[in-house]
Amino acid sequence: MVEARPTTLNASRTGTQVLEVGGSWTVFSIRDVSFKMGRKKPARGSAKLVDVTKVERLDTAGAIEILDLAGGGPDTEIKTNDKNHADLFKVVQSNLGKDPAKAIHVNWIAHWLDEVGHSLIHVYRQIADMCEFFGEIIVVFFEACLHPRRFRFNAVVRQMYEVWVKALAIVGVLCFLIGVVIAYQGVQQLRQFGAETFTVEAVGIGMFRELGVLLTAIIVAGRSGSAFTAQIGTMQVNQEVDAMRTIGLNPVEWLVMPRIIALVISMPLLAFWGDMAGLLGGAVACTVYLDFTFVQFFDRLRDTVGAWHFYTGMIKSPVFGFIIAAIGCFEGLQVSGSAESVGALTTRSVVESIFCVIVLDAVFSIVFLLAGV
Amino acid sequence: MAATALLEGGQLFDHRDGRDVVLKLRGVRTQFGDNVIHDKLDLDVFKGEIMGLVGGSGTGKSVLLRTIIGLNEIRKGKIELLGVDTRGKSRRTLYARTGVQFQDGALFSSLSVADNIIVPIREHAKLEEGLMREIAALKIALVGLPPDTGTKKPSELSGGMRKRASLARALALDPDVLFLDEPTAGLDPIGAAHYDDLVKSLRDNLGVTIVMVTHDLDSLYAACDRIAVLLDKRVVVGTMAEMLEYDHPWVREYFHGPRGRAARRE
Repeated sequence: MVEARPTTLNASRTGTQVLEVGGSWTVFSIRDVSFKMGRKKPARGSAKLVDVTKVERLDTAGAIEILDLAGGGPDTEIKTNDKNHADLFKVVQSNLGKDPAKAIHVNWIAHWLDEVGHSLIHVYRQIADMCEFFGEIIVVFFEACLHPRRFRFNAVVRQMYEVWVKALAIVGVLCFLIGVVIAYQGVQQLRQFGAETFTVEAVGIGMFRELGVLLTAIIVAGRSGSAFTAQIGTMQVNQEVDAMRTIGLNPVEWLVMPRIIALVISMPLLAFWGDMAGLLGGAVACTVYLDFTFVQFFDRLRDTVGAWHFYTGMIKSPVFGFIIAAIGCFEGLQVSGSAESVGALTTRSVVESIFCVIVLDAVFSIVFLLAGV
Repeated sequence: MAATALLEGGQLFDHRDGRDVVLKLRGVRTQFGDNVIHDKLDLDVFKGEIMGLVGGSGTGKSVLLRTIIGLNEIRKGKIELLGVDTRGKSRRTLYARTGVQFQDGALFSSLSVADNIIVPIREHAKLEEGLMREIAALKIALVGLPPDTGTKKPSELSGGMRKRASLARALALDPDVLFLDEPTAGLDPIGAAHYDDLVKSLRDNLGVTIVMVTHDLDSLYAACDRIAVLLDKRVVVGTMAEMLEYDHPWVREYFHGPRGRAARRE
């Protein structure tokens, strides 16, 4: 569509400042005019009369621009012969001056302080809410101990299928590969001073104490922790959680407990599976790079790697499982209103649970060091 | 069954009165799998009118609306919107000339209301930033929302406000045709009545042609010039007076039922 370009002419008739405009004034034709004017607007009321008789096409955007050019306001007089244009100006003028733009410009220092304050309050609330949530979990757990039927065994089993059985393949493959990598690096480095047989200890202790359980925890946080947040969050958006409350079902008992119990049981099982896959990977790598047989590898492992290396990993894993499940469910219950917050909180749940897992792992290291195991 | 022979565009009587046809459907067939929703459907919408689209549940009101705005494919027939074939090459020119208000607003949740309104302006007309903000503020005022709505996120708005904000976005480019999907559903009667007035004033002041899917009998009486009823996979178009006379079991029950009578008395 070819449109006549907008034209303007400043004139003065019998002492009053007049703006004459012509051509096409629509959202598609005023681009150049709008950029030329930029933010240099004339003061309101500098033209008392705007003559738009020569305007061919007009829409609301064009009317706004004409009024801006004229420095016009709600009471600027508009001269036109076209009834449609007159109506349009009437609508635009009666809705002008409600511009919220002025309220947006705030002092950036004040804005920054505001942001900092808000995020501090947010962190404080988050911690308080989380404490409340953990308290509720404990209460529900002991209530359920008195009435074991409230443990919802069916839901626990279904969740275990999701978080344990379905994760076996990925955990196994990744731990196997890490086992191979550690063994390969171990052989390369230790060979320099003829200690390459110690690769077995490197793989064994590394997998048992740290890597098996940590890797599993990170996979589970990405896989199941995020799923918990997304599932419970979606139920929040659909008001399903509210519906549960009105029926008298406690969401912590129905949604949170089964997931936590499932993950606390599944994590050691998965970590054990990961340990075994890692050892297998190490053994395979040793047969290739060290001319070990499988039997030699596992013999040496039995002789040199004490049982406590294995126990430390197994002690950590249920705690990690609890933390991942609790954070996943907590963030899910934090979802409010929009579908967008489900996505944001799912991200936060994964980041927070991985963070907590690694911090806790460091704490465990110190505890085990002090305990001498 | 409807025995009356329909005039061009599904009309019971000729309402054209020399007006341009803005939207023209001819022999339209929509189908999902083997399920035929519309067949041999004809419909004409004239310039500057408010057309209400009604029909029982499952007769495909929303499907028809989605088909017209190009979200569903048609199997047969032809749809012309503003003289442009909606399946033709130049259908891209239509996006800037039509506006759609979805049932639950469908505002972009990551943007503020003002930014939502600016999206189509930036895409199709790219104006100076300050002017675009001014246009957004005007549209917000135009649909009757308080000025501070512009800075809010859609999730901070109530359902009714979201509908209005969505209408403001649909109006961003001063479209020639506006499609509204159940605009008054879920509003309180006062809000719904204000909305009807708003729709009428948009037509009167901006000259927009409006097609709205609605179940609200009050809206049909208060705002709509003509009513298109989906019957037997086709539409029958008439004014309210003609519909009251029309002999079809569903139409009779709809307009003469207790709610229909109550709405008529007002």
